[in-house]
Amino acid sequence: MNKQEPFRNKNNVIAVTEKIKRLYPGGSLKLMEVCGTHTMAIARYGLRDLMPDGLKLISGPGCPVCVTPASIINAAMEISEIPGSVIVTFGDMLCVPGSEKSLEVRKAEGADVRVLYSVFDMLEMAEKEKDKNFIFISVGFETTTPGIALSALEAGTRDLSNIFYLVANRLVIPAMDALCGSGETRIDGFICPGHVSVVIGYGAYRVIADKYGLPCVVAGFEPVDILLAISELVERVSNKTAGVANAYGRVVTEKGNLKAMEAMNRVFRPVTAEWRGIGSIPGSGLALRKEFIRFDALEKFQIELSSLPDPPGCGCGDVLKGIIIPSECGLFGKRCRPESPIGPCMVSSEGSCAAYYKYGVDDG
Amino acid sequence: MKSERVLLAHGSGGRLTRDLIEKIIAPVFDNPELGRLGDTSALSETGNRMVMTTDSYVVTPLFFPGGDIGKLAVCGTVNDLATAGAKPVALSVGFIIEEGFSFESLEKILLSMKKTADSVPVPLITGDTKVVEKGRGHGIYVNTTGIGTVPDGIDLSPERIEPGDVVLINGPVGSHEASIICARNDFTLGSEIKSDCAPLYSLMESVLEAVPEVKCARDPTRGGIVSVLAELVESSGYGVALDEEKIPVMEQVGSVCEILGMDPLMMANEGKMIIIVSDEKAGACLEAMRRVPGFKESKPIGTVHAGKARLTLKTPYGTNRVLTMPMGNQLPRIC
Repeated sequence: MNKQEPFRNKNNVIAVTEKIKRLYPGGSLKLMEVCGTHTMAIARYGLRDLMPDGLKLISGPGCPVCVTPASIINAAMEISEIPGSVIVTFGDMLCVPGSEKSLEVRKAEGADVRVLYSVFDMLEMAEKEKDKNFIFISVGFETTTPGIALSALEAGTRDLSNIFYLVANRLVIPAMDALCGSGETRIDGFICPGHVSVVIGYGAYRVIADKYGLPCVVAGFEPVDILLAISELVERVSNKTAGVANAYGRVVTEKGNLKAMEAMNRVFRPVTAEWRGIGSIPGSGLALRKEFIRFDALEKFQIELSSLPDPPGCGCGDVLKGIIIPSECGLFGKRCRPESPIGPCMVSSEGSCAAYYKYGVDDG
Repeated sequence: MKSERVLLAHGSGGRLTRDLIEKIIAPVFDNPELGRLGDTSALSETGNRMVMTTDSYVVTPLFFPGGDIGKLAVCGTVNDLATAGAKPVALSVGFIIEEGFSFESLEKILLSMKKTADSVPVPLITGDTKVVEKGRGHGIYVNTTGIGTVPDGIDLSPERIEPGDVVLINGPVGSHEASIICARNDFTLGSEIKSDCAPLYSLMESVLEAVPEVKCARDPTRGGIVSVLAELVESSGYGVALDEEKIPVMEQVGSVCEILGMDPLMMANEGKMIIIVSDEKAGACLEAMRRVPGFKESKPIGTVHAGKARLTLKTPYGTNRVLTMPMGNQLPRIC
């Protein structure tokens, strides 16, 4: 039997849904997820339809592609015009619009833009094509960052001088802190990201739970996983107990993956960073430490990132903060569609707007 | 932001491909038969009894589990003819071969084409060959054009679809594209995933003999069953409701899709046919499909209805979601 089967099993879904209905205290309750994969899974399985009236599942800034500032894309565009440059990226970043165009268009214009599944592929390319400079658009939360850090360590070991990182990695906890602290969004509890938590451990959310009195429960990605987390959150809200809990026990531990955290902290240091549509959040981004600064793309190519306003009417910021749902953005489905995205939430495979559009979510 | 240039995504079989054809290519030729944008076009001089279709093949890798570019080139065109219920009469082939391509590989492809064509059977009666300089050809590109005859009394057309009709498929979906992705990226996940590449004339022959009243048939290649059904929804103005539990997907294909974050319903097939038939004839149609070797797993997967003109999918949990025409290529997940 597939190990995931119990977590997809219809009867289990029904049982946990009934439990949520029994525990639900009534009134209005907003639970926020901060993971793009949760955004997609909730839409894909239609879990909103199973919630009691009044219980709203809202999406937060959980998609690392969506929160990458346009200035990073623009920097990649600038670098792509330098002869001998190869822009290397995860597939998702290809279609995200910068101020003028996306990397997909730059590729069609003749720029050397390559999609990879693993950042280590870049090291192989760099060894084979020593006459080219390889620039990796480094995005991701704590799930992806350790792997990127390991690649930088490996690049150092191999003494590669033609690989660079355009660093736009972000950290989840400072973003959750900023969201709660701003008071712009009413949140009653967090569905915490599954894969990020494999790295940082569920204990990491205590700081949020204690500071704001909000329950934080880590969830996996199967329908029963997510429902179990919701059930736990509803119970805690009802009993006013807050705290943290782990509903993804088969892969997440309290302390997380210490080796991964070590690699991440060895290569990167926390910095103030801009989140597209949200603004600047202290300690929420990462930059290469001095020892690895020779791999920094902005340093190498002497590019300054400029802060740019979002396109007029673009509601990505409010969507990312959970203030509005995608269909409440004036551009959604009209000027902003997957084939002509205005903001990144529509184009990223884990963006809220992409999920709403793809799965036809009709959440009044 | 509209693109000034052709993007890779324009070739993916989704919305962008449709836009390219509908808005840029077809209007230039301003021809009513072309304008129908069917898988085949009828030759009016023959009283619409003869149909023609063409397709080009640019797949990499050239050889993959379950097939190769040659087999694909024969099956793809035979299957397009089959969507009109046509018996294949003849194929032509065009080769664009890159300088340096090995004769050994070329012969393998030719033999594969011959074997596949003989199995239908359909003769290859004319062709053309060009050679381009190294760097301009990716090994080999193949085009095949086919003509076929539609038997009297057979009229397969999306216009005939009506509320109450049943949507059938002859087996599990997504296998071809999953096989290509694994072969291309050297993913090894347990045993090999084979492409479902197969000629479908025998399937349609069996179906039309048993149920000549079948309404419509489409082969879900690029963009998968979602692409085909979303198009049918758009053109018919009716809704189609699919049942996720009924749509067969091989377990390994499902696993690859989960790892990469892709949807098997939007992945290419090369040996599948979506058949739309009235409710009363669905049973007989399924029996006729299951009698054909290799298609025992034929199943009903959804129904046409007069409600909102959308393609929807009922999940195993009783919830519904809307399926939209895929935009471009599916992108693998980051995290």
